[in-house]
Amino acid sequence: MGRFVARRLLQMIPVFIGTTLLIFLMVYSLPGDPIKALFGSKAADPATVARLRHQYGLDKPLLTQYWDYLTGLFKGDFGQSFTGRPVADLMSDAFPVTIRLALLSFAIEVVLGVSLGMLTGLKRGKLVDQLVLILTLVVVSIPVFVIGFLTQFTLGMKWKLITPTVQDSMNVGQLFVPAMVLAALSLAYVTRLTRTTVVENLRADFMRTAVAKGLPRRRVLGVHLMRNSLIPVVTFLGTDLGMLMGGAIVTEGIFNVQGVGNTLFKSIQTSEGPTVVGIVTVLVLVYLVSSLVVDLLYAVLDPRIRYA
Amino acid sequence: MPEKTLAPEANPAPEAAAPAQPNSGQNKARSLGQDAWRELRASPLFWISAVLLVLFILMAIAPSLFTSGDPRHADLRGHYLAPPSWSHVFQDDWFGYNGQGQSVYARTVYGARASIIVGVCVTLAVTVIGGFFGMLAGYFGGWLDALLSRITDIFFGIPLLLGALVMLQAFAHRTVWTVVLGLTVFGWMQIARVMRGAVITQKQADFVTAARALGAGTGRILFRHILPNAIGPVIVVSTIALGGYISTEATLSYLGIGLQDPVISWGVDISAAQTTLRDAPHVLLVPATFLSLTVLAFILLGDAVRDALDPKLR
Repeated sequence: MGRFVARRLLQMIPVFIGTTLLIFLMVYSLPGDPIKALFGSKAADPATVARLRHQYGLDKPLLTQYWDYLTGLFKGDFGQSFTGRPVADLMSDAFPVTIRLALLSFAIEVVLGVSLGMLTGLKRGKLVDQLVLILTLVVVSIPVFVIGFLTQFTLGMKWKLITPTVQDSMNVGQLFVPAMVLAALSLAYVTRLTRTTVVENLRADFMRTAVAKGLPRRRVLGVHLMRNSLIPVVTFLGTDLGMLMGGAIVTEGIFNVQGVGNTLFKSIQTSEGPTVVGIVTVLVLVYLVSSLVVDLLYAVLDPRIRYA
Repeated sequence: MPEKTLAPEANPAPEAAAPAQPNSGQNKARSLGQDAWRELRASPLFWISAVLLVLFILMAIAPSLFTSGDPRHADLRGHYLAPPSWSHVFQDDWFGYNGQGQSVYARTVYGARASIIVGVCVTLAVTVIGGFFGMLAGYFGGWLDALLSRITDIFFGIPLLLGALVMLQAFAHRTVWTVVLGLTVFGWMQIARVMRGAVITQKQADFVTAARALGAGTGRILFRHILPNAIGPVIVVSTIALGGYISTEATLSYLGIGLQDPVISWGVDISAAQTTLRDAPHVLLVPATFLSLTVLAFILLGDAVRDALDPKLR
């Protein structure tokens, strides 16, 4: 187990370096000069431009800049945005909001998705099953931003149940509707995935054995069926947490949630290189760590899987 | 099984149990593809999605078949946000007018082209690139597999939408082809993984050993023996993903970093309709419905193809 974790952690290093390098190269080789943009429509003073370029290290070769960034990162320094604010500071404002939003979505997706999947899997072919399946197809087909608009329009403008945009981004109650919208797509996937594995496992030998042993229905469904059916679902959920945080760009934009997605999108639009790279670095870390956690969870769910 | 010489002569006798074979009376060995096609024909989902897709593709190729209106003609004074007239089927004012006084119906019909081109081209590019990498990694294994798998992991770390956003931001003038490029660069990994898995399973099969024993070269083994047997899951994944690419293109256009105004696209129109959502929801709902139906059609097609290709479900 310990050796497996160590090996996985070592494997994560090249991926982490590769991904951050990729995003770094993309952001900094973009045309358009962020320093000149700071001057707005005024003509830029060449001496000041040169000084600022030097201050942000933009006069060095790209790979040297990346090396500086990486070494800074290990000291906990994410660099400075072109507006002069430390990126770490910007992120400490945005991440708490998005973590709330993403965790809320994640909870909705897990609880609702797994229970709907179990329900439809057990009632295969019945009316509930058909209804939920059609509903998931509809949800998967409608792009998230359209779902967001429709929710905002019906709940916010027509029925006035919620304010059309979020007023206080740290308020979990107000984040509930955006979290629903953010979760919708993954919720549909989780439901379908759980249903498929439940249907497969219902025919499995161990299920027949469990029933034949005379175990109570609760235990058969709750332990024997659930535990075996959750393995592929956990795989999906593991990669999904990172996606939820990155995918919040659209949802946060529609509902005006002041989180990572919003900050990231604004930074991309204004070529705020350091902020984009910083946020993506953290998102990549979340993605890598959650896929590691998934691998470890396999062993908990399925004792047949052993890590040498 | 070998003794059924009577069957071809006794043709008129309807054999209820025998599978219907329209042209030949004999039971010929069927290829995987033929088998899948027979399954597909029996599936209502396949026909629903096929009809929808033929409609949308026709719309993309020849929009003037569906509308005589001009999608760029704007009459602000006469038609500003005019509501739909549901009884005027196939007329310019069928779905009302948008905030520029343009016919929503004409724009929606003409918008199909951009979405379909992006979806189809990205899927083709992604399947070829991802399929190629996956095949190499799966067949050769060793350091090549390790290298290609790490590269796949690196690209997987960046979500499709995010990567495409950062990349497309660099282009001041974005056409359909720049969007295709952006989505391809960050979209090929899934196919590569599926292909790699499928090739690893297939390369241990007896027929591969047999082919090698008969002296077939690497190229022949890969393309004539392994590829036809490994392509099934790839086709399923790419068909379902096609809908996703169309949806992502629309999302990019909605964020203002996808297609740009002279191009007529559902995403651009939905994005423009945000501002008038409160007064005229139809301007947003119509292109959104067409967009969703297209995505749905590809997902249904993918589902139907998977059911047809997966022998476990028979």
